[in-house]
This record gives sequence, C-alpha cells and structure tokens, in this order.
Amino acid sequence: MPIFAPVGHMFLTFLALVGRVTVFAGRTIGHMVTPPIYFRLIFKQMREIGYYSLPVVAMTTLFAGMVLALQSYSGFSRFSAESAVATVVVISMTRELGPVLAGLMVAGRVGAAIAAEIGTMRVTEQIDALVTLSTNPFKYLVVPRVIAGLVTLPVLVLIGDIIGVLGGYLVGVNKLGFNDGSYIRNTFQYLEQLDVISGLVKAAVFGFIITLMGCYHGYNSRGGAQGVGQATTNAVVSSSILILISNYVVTELFFTR
Amino acid sequence: MSTTAKISLRNVHKGFGPKKVLQGVDLDVAPGESVAIIGGSGTGKSVTLKCVLGLLTPDEGSITVDGTEMIGATHADRDAMLAKTGMLFQGAALFDSLTVWENVAFGLIEGQGMKPAKARDLAIARLGDVGLGSEVANLSPASLSGGMQKRVGLARAIATDPEILFFDEPTTGIDPIMGDVINDLIVKCTRELGASAMTITHDMASARKIADRVAMLYQGKIIWDGPVSEIDDADNPYLQQFVAGDIEGPLELDLKHL
Repeated sequence: MPIFAPVGHMFLTFLALVGRVTVFAGRTIGHMVTPPIYFRLIFKQMREIGYYSLPVVAMTTLFAGMVLALQSYSGFSRFSAESAVATVVVISMTRELGPVLAGLMVAGRVGAAIAAEIGTMRVTEQIDALVTLSTNPFKYLVVPRVIAGLVTLPVLVLIGDIIGVLGGYLVGVNKLGFNDGSYIRNTFQYLEQLDVISGLVKAAVFGFIITLMGCYHGYNSRGGAQGVGQATTNAVVSSSILILISNYVVTELFFTR
Repeated sequence: MSTTAKISLRNVHKGFGPKKVLQGVDLDVAPGESVAIIGGSGTGKSVTLKCVLGLLTPDEGSITVDGTEMIGATHADRDAMLAKTGMLFQGAALFDSLTVWENVAFGLIEGQGMKPAKARDLAIARLGDVGLGSEVANLSPASLSGGMQKRVGLARAIATDPEILFFDEPTTGIDPIMGDVINDLIVKCTRELGASAMTITHDMASARKIADRVAMLYQGKIIWDGPVSEIDDADNPYLQQFVAGDIEGPLELDLKHL
C-alpha cells in the first residue's frame, strides 16, 4: 500500500533521530563526569543562559501572575471562592507556570542562540579546528552549556516564581481589593515544599533539554547558512515539545500516588 | 619508504552512501618533506586530509603517523598524534568568541596547559613570525581581512612547534599577492620547524612554491606522484591537462555543455 511507505519511513526516521539524540545525551553525560571540566566556560555560560535571561523570565512571570489573579478571581467569584485566588496563584506559579513559561522563553532565547553559535562553528570548521588543537568539542562546547542550563534554570524559575506571586499580589491588593495581610497569609497557608521543589526539578529537566537540543542541532548542522537556520528552528521546536512532554512526565512522577 | 614515512596512507577507501570518494589512496610523506595533493573540486582532497587527522574514519585501509596506526587508534594515540600536528584551515576557522592572541595561544593553553601570560607572549611572537604586529593581538578575528585571518590561522598552526603541518587550500579566497605572501610564510615556517607538511590545493602556483613533491588525486586514487620539478615533463595526460587548465582532455569534468 503506497500510503504505508511514507508513514513507515517517517517513523523509522523518527526512531533514528531518537537514537542519535540519546547517544548524544549519553556522550554528554559521560563527559560531564570525567575531567577536564572547563569551569571558566561553565561560569561564562551561566551568565549567558541565566543572568541575561532574567529580564525576559521576569516580565513573563510577572504578567502571568497578574493575569492569573484576574482570571481566577473572575472565575471563582461565580461560586464565592474569591479567597482562593492567592493560593491558586502561588500553586499554579510554582508547580506549572513558573517552570513551563521560563522553560519556553529560555528555549526561544538560549536554545536558538546555542544552535546558531555551534552550528556556525560547525560549518566554518571551527569544531574541526578544536579537534586539531587537542580539545574535545564535547567537553569544550557541549558540557559547559548543559551544566549551566541544569544549574541556572532552577534559579531562574525560583526568581520567576517569586515575581509571578508578586504580580498576583499587586493585582489582588491594588485592583481586586484584597487585604494585603490576608493575601500574603493565603499565599503561604496552603503552599507545600513539594510545590516548589517539583517546579525546580522541572526547571532542571527543562534546562538540560534546552541546552542539549541546542547543542545537538548545532553540532550536527550541515550545509552553510541554511543548515544553521534549520538547526536553530529545530532546536527551538524540539526543545519546546520536549519541555511540554517532560512536564507531564515529571508532574505524574511527583503528584500521582 | 613506508617504514620511515612520517605519514603513510595505504589503500584508503572512504565513501558517503553510494558515493565512493576515496578508492584506494596510497601516499607517503617523509620526515621533513612537503607534499602537495592536487586535484579538481570533489576529487577527495579534503576527505583525504580529514581521514589523516581523524576527523573522518576511512571505510578501509591503513593510515600511520610515525608508525602508529591511526585507524581505530586509542584516544591516547590520537591525542599524541594531534599534539604534534598543526593545521591551517581553508577559511582559517578562527574562533569568533576569542581574540586573535587567544586563538593563536589556544593550543598552548588548552592543549599544553601553559599559563595564559606566557602563552600570550609566545602568541605575539608567532604573530610576528607571520608578519602581524602586537596591535592585532586583542582584536576580534572578524575585524581582520581574509589574508590577515589566514596569517593568524598559520600562527595558530605553528604555535605549538608541530612536527607535521597540514594546509587546506591555503591560498583560496585571497588575492594573488597575498596568496604569494602566505606561500612564502608556509615555506619559511615549515623549514624553520623542520616539519613534514601535507597541503591540499588546486592552485598550481602554490603547489610549485611550497611542495617538494606533488601527488595528483583523481577519481579517488593517486594517479601521479613525483617531485615538483618533474611536473611539466611528466608523461601523464591527466596531470598535464590539470596543470594547463584545459577544458579538453581525459579528465572527466563535472560540467554540462557550455
């Protein structure tokens, strides 16, 4: 049947891609635990990935928190549950919106930049030059970015959580008429450690995915400027999809008894 | 010759899918000898070089450097080989994120563990060897002209005093005068180091100037190999057509009717 051939081809291509990404991830993890480790490059990447992403994550989570307060107030007022707004905002931000929004924003900003930079290095033979200069490209290019992603995303998300809750507080107190003391009390009354920890674990997973996919697509880019552009697109799309899939998996691991 | 060769290739094959690029390359480079591999575009010159450097893995055959087999070599053997080589890439392949001196000193700092201050002094000395002053040391590679980038690439290749130098199309993309400057620098640096050199080029003027011996690659095999002084008198129609740059001749060109 002619219809099955392209479907089968696509499925086999997908499986081959999964295999290549898995091998790439395995090599990366192997190099992460064996010397030499380029700490200088890790700190540099932490600045690039973490510090420079702070404004975009702060803006995103601030407005997400504000909108969440407005929406939940409007919805909960239908059954006189307005007092739950602060709790909904803090739990939604820490468990879901903080990590997912920060992850998607960083995927767009950092994943694309990593793929473009490493892709350009590939097509201009800079990666080959690294090899001839006795330097392992995995250790020099991939490992610092992945470690920086793993470490900085949770910090970014923690800051984003606080800013998101602050956004909800500002709207709740200044626009919706909540008493500031009771809003803060409601915010922390039902918040559990697990809410925050699960979000931070998600952030670490997302940081790994974003940097790994950026490095993978950049490292394997071919064909000049067009290939680098394709690598950039693939890095953002694949990391965004994987973020949403892994978000479900981690949520199920934490909250399904 | 293979017992004393610095680099020796025997029956090297390499293909990409159905396309067989190398189909049994045999070539030796003696210690201190400079060999140029010439040939048209797509004949496998770059693939040959990348196979020797370990950037590509041949499908079959043998490549030895100082008698050590490189195909299937351990990481330690590969690292030992790379530690005594320097490479000038076609587009220089300078690291955009580093300054000029950091590029030149890269192999000294990352490969040999030298302190940056000492490596910087050595890098500036190497820049002087290729005719560049210390004023370029702190510039970004992107702010240099193509010829200057090639010279920085050459300075980087010779920074670690390698025993073997590889040059990939050293004069491509630059004007003839700067090309001649690069050729002179290659000859000077190679002689001063006493290094063996393998150059791939389609520029016959460059091959005549920098090589002791020339090998012509065609359809995945070396079809002529001899001293540079014998090129013009060689009884090989393929070589003569390539040297003369004629369209008519036995070389199958990848051209439609013009």
